[in-house]
Amino acid sequence: MNAEGMFRRQVEVALTVNGEPVEARVDAGKHLVDFLRLDLGLTGSHAGCEHGVCGACTIRVNGEIVRGCLVLTAQLDGAEVWTVEGVSETGEMRALQDAFVQRNALQCGFCTPGMLFAAAELVERGGRPSREEIREHMSGNYCRCTGYEAIIDAIEQVTSDQEGAR
Amino acid sequence: MKATRVGYWRADSVEAALGALRSAAGSAQLLAGGQSLVASLNLRLADETNLIDINGLTELEGVSDEGDRIRVGALTRHRTLETAPLVASSAPALAEAAVLIAHAAIRTRGTLGGSLAYADPAAELPACMVALEADIVARSADDRRRIPAESFFEGLFQTALAEDEMIEAVEVPKAGPLERQVVLELARRSGDYAMVGLVLRADVEGHALARSRIAYFGLGAVPVLARGAMSALEAGDLDAAVAALAQDLDPPSDLHASAEYRLHLAGVLLRRAVARARAEGGST
Amino acid sequence: MRLDWGNPDRPNSYIGRSVPRPNAARLVEGRGRYVDDIVLPRMLHVAFVRSPHAHARILRIATDEAQSAKGVRRVFTGADLCDVCSPWVAVLAHLKGIKSAPQHPIAVERATWTGEPVAAVVAETRAAAEDGAALVDVDYEVLPAVVDMETALDPATPLIHPDLGDNLTFQRLHEKGDVDAIFSAASHVVEATFRTGRHTGVCLEPRSILAEWNPGERQLTVYHSTQAPHMMQSVLAKHLDLPESRVRVICGDVGGSYGIKVHVYPDEVATAAIARVMGRPIKFIADRTESFATDIHARDHRITGRIAVDENGKILAIDIDDLTGIGPYSVYPRTSAIEGNQVVNLCGGPYDFQTYRAQTTVVLQNKTPTCQYRAVGHPIACAVTEGLVDMAAEKVGLDPVEMRRRNLIADDAYPYTSAAGMKFEALSHHRSLEKLVALMDYKGLRAEQAQLRERGVYRGIGIASFIELTNPSPFMYGIGGARISAQDGCTVRMDPDGSVVALSGVTEQGQGTEAILAQIVAEAVGVEVGEVRIITGDTQTTPYGGGTWASRGAGIGGEAALQAGLALRANILEVAGAMLQAKADTLDIRAGRIVDSNGGIERMDLAELGRIVYFRGDTLPRELSREMVATRHYITSEYAFAFTNGVQASWLEVDVETGFVKLLKHWCVEDCGRIINPMLVDEQIRGGIVQGIGGALYEECLYDGDGQLLNANMADYLVPMAAEMPDMVVGHVETPTAESALGAKGAGEAGTAGAPGAVMNGINDALRPLGARLTEMPFTPERVLRALGKLTK
Repeated sequence: MNAEGMFRRQVEVALTVNGEPVEARVDAGKHLVDFLRLDLGLTGSHAGCEHGVCGACTIRVNGEIVRGCLVLTAQLDGAEVWTVEGVSETGEMRALQDAFVQRNALQCGFCTPGMLFAAAELVERGGRPSREEIREHMSGNYCRCTGYEAIIDAIEQVTSDQEGAR
Repeated sequence: MKATRVGYWRADSVEAALGALRSAAGSAQLLAGGQSLVASLNLRLADETNLIDINGLTELEGVSDEGDRIRVGALTRHRTLETAPLVASSAPALAEAAVLIAHAAIRTRGTLGGSLAYADPAAELPACMVALEADIVARSADDRRRIPAESFFEGLFQTALAEDEMIEAVEVPKAGPLERQVVLELARRSGDYAMVGLVLRADVEGHALARSRIAYFGLGAVPVLARGAMSALEAGDLDAAVAALAQDLDPPSDLHASAEYRLHLAGVLLRRAVARARAEGGST
Repeated sequence: MRLDWGNPDRPNSYIGRSVPRPNAARLVEGRGRYVDDIVLPRMLHVAFVRSPHAHARILRIATDEAQSAKGVRRVFTGADLCDVCSPWVAVLAHLKGIKSAPQHPIAVERATWTGEPVAAVVAETRAAAEDGAALVDVDYEVLPAVVDMETALDPATPLIHPDLGDNLTFQRLHEKGDVDAIFSAASHVVEATFRTGRHTGVCLEPRSILAEWNPGERQLTVYHSTQAPHMMQSVLAKHLDLPESRVRVICGDVGGSYGIKVHVYPDEVATAAIARVMGRPIKFIADRTESFATDIHARDHRITGRIAVDENGKILAIDIDDLTGIGPYSVYPRTSAIEGNQVVNLCGGPYDFQTYRAQTTVVLQNKTPTCQYRAVGHPIACAVTEGLVDMAAEKVGLDPVEMRRRNLIADDAYPYTSAAGMKFEALSHHRSLEKLVALMDYKGLRAEQAQLRERGVYRGIGIASFIELTNPSPFMYGIGGARISAQDGCTVRMDPDGSVVALSGVTEQGQGTEAILAQIVAEAVGVEVGEVRIITGDTQTTPYGGGTWASRGAGIGGEAALQAGLALRANILEVAGAMLQAKADTLDIRAGRIVDSNGGIERMDLAELGRIVYFRGDTLPRELSREMVATRHYITSEYAFAFTNGVQASWLEVDVETGFVKLLKHWCVEDCGRIINPMLVDEQIRGGIVQGIGGALYEECLYDGDGQLLNANMADYLVPMAAEMPDMVVGHVETPTAESALGAKGAGEAGTAGAPGAVMNGINDALRPLGARLTEMPFTPERVLRALGKLTK
């Protein structure tokens, strides 16, 4: 096997993004957030640190939340990717989004798409997590504006409404 | 920052990955969860490199029952360690450690094998392996060997893996009925790398701890087995065990904590871990 | 026309209600438009080569290899930009004696901090620009770095800018009364040295700019993540030698600013200069590591303070000596002397005493420049004051709350001039304190604390009263010669469909400016809040104004909006009167309809009025004025600043084995005057508190002895995250300023101002039985253990 020849600087990928098929040829080192933003114009995903700490780029790949900056686009052949634009269209995060607006759980909005994906995962697990559990689950998403309390309130509202409806 | 230029190749079988690794002769590295590797590429801490992506190799994922041991595939995600019933019953330390690793969106990608191969001295899972006397199953194109965890971690970000070897799985002895496992760490913020952490494994009967193993993380270049403290615990002398840490450990000073502070915390954690093990063992 | 504030059921009563922000609905769907989201035809990206040394002479810059790299279009050095961009010197005339050196957009001869731009690489993508930057080869002669502010003025210390003669930027001594005499005669004197850690803003959206030069129009258009579009217009025009009218600054969504984005950054000016040279749109988005090294830092202070009290705990005098290191340049155009100046102005601020001495010494060093960051100087002054007050209370044997009751300026003492010379119109320290004590159940917590102590659990209560400077007049910057507007304007117009558009010179950074302006305009004109659209952040379309800083949006921008809205309402009613054959003063506008003032019977809706005015003006009396637009400006004049006040409390637990501090709960009662939107005020307070907690417990830019920044990443620079933060209870007292009809003062600094002092006092309260005291921020677990004597080396 010729090792040098097999490694590609550019990689072909075919995946679905927000339910739509996408084919692209990308630089091997390009992370998913840059691909979404620069190649697809999906600017709702934000790069806050590009080293996996701030959480602003949190999105959903193959049904699980990931750090978009720590996933290479090249790895996503066949993957299913959902961004804030997509889930806003399907309406699946409507309750969380409404709660964030009502409770003013965002100020500048830069962290918000990532916050929503992190929060949605907790909401989907069901149950009525305590405030401490919500805080712990959200502890990988940085927000400089709100002081977090309104975000915790909004999520608590949604999880408690959801349980109440059962 | 944007990543340095990299070459990429997606492996479609373990054999192909191992073949590529061998023929690359040091010019390529495996890309598993990528939660440390991609960050270092983005920060341009790494030179230009070639990546062998093994994420598609599902045969490397999962937890299985092997009689007196469990086998955990190298590509098993931290999230699986958190949630798998077999892990909870047979090696609870792994589940307890997994939730301490970073945050939910990282645990969905990060892998056991990746964490062990990266060998960050502040990471939880390497210390679990050492405390639980796990074997690391290393595989190359033409060989497979079991490396005891204690000899696997050789130095700062250095392991016993040869250039052409990858971790295939780990094998962890199942916890016995008296065995208690405790993972404790002190991090400034939830999910941060710990300033100090420990994994304690012991058979607990009443107040007595037997077969105890204590592995610290964040306190040296590799997970450190606190042998002096272990034998003092065996003798039932917790104070002596804490005192022995001064000989067992030689922690570094860095931005986050001085050596002296780390050593102090190591003692605090030991007392807390023993108290918890005793409490869980039914003693007070 | 006057608004009947006392009646919550008055018509159109949007002011005072928790209306959700109109832009939030867009942002939760990822439909924000931040600078990095904007793509222009032929756009290029710039990345900067930055100095790896804290102080070095630039001997040679080899750009050939970078120039020929794939995707690279051009490489610029400092010398390349000298012809298109003039250097700046950040001084203000009213800061007597302040001096700084000329600063270039890209370093020309010397680099003076780790991270200073040394060359710029322009390429097709940011990645290619970074690849190119890695190929620029710079020869440096490393020079000795000035790192420690304590020795910056020593004769043996090298000079950062030899032309300045020394490393002193600014010094101010304020003295009132015979301080030495009071101290020598006082019953009790306590003294302590405090340190506040150098930290930074960490806006989640990094600094961002996209500049485009249009040669046909000879106009520079700049999309900028900024707080002060008009200031930037003036700065770019001046230094790129363009008429102000030919520079347009557009500020869309901003991903956090907190004072970080109100300054002039060399890399941003360089980006505009490069756009001017290349005639193509150039984008610069700072990455996270360069943000840590180049966003302004702040709060690097050492303060020695003394307080003299009598036998009853009455404060007699305070004496402050403040030293701060600001990096190699005073930052343009606001200067880096304001923070130290604020420490002098604000120490002792809540208290009734008249003998005061305070000196600030502002020195240069080879570290990232510091400048104004949220609550400029307040958290420092508050922590020092409140730390001293608690120490004095302990000495006299008084409970901290009782100590404050005895010393806070009486609620009926206003107007009052503080020992520092600050003029207070009307504050409510005592009402605020009593409200806080009730909210937190102070007595109950004290009982709980005592009980837990017996079980070896160390909890503490920390109280911190504070004052907050808001609504600045030209006395802040304008009198010093800076083209920074203290005035702000608003234009309100009614369109044919009866909807209202308001254009304002203040800006939206996420704090909710656009929401409160919509509320104010809706109430002033008499329409539903959903019928009001707000436009901010465009120097070409909005009235001239100062933007967002020093908590001026609500108080100044809001008053301009109120007056413009009321003026439009009067204009509309005049036209309505002519149409309805009624006197204008018998009519009113309610919920978008013209009604009879008495009885509220609907006469016509605004859409019908709009139809007639805009399309059937022929049916109206010829002499009738039909201006469906009004502009008003507002500036404060009676007081240099509208001070607000408040008090915070922290309830926390210290793990005396590990030194970890767990925050259990936090309270703040504050008085920002008229509250326009309680929910937004509360969230400003909460966000501010957490930023203050960051400085108290976590955040510090750590340098080594060579001036290398050691923790320029999100893993090592610790910002507060959700898991460790407490729930916060916010309460209010409302004392509107009489200077404006709206009566609003600012609320953006209050949380940050008081939180560090409250946390510090809480920790010291918890540790008091153990004889430990901490005064050096951040209060890391290791520092706590050292204070407890558990670590000795």
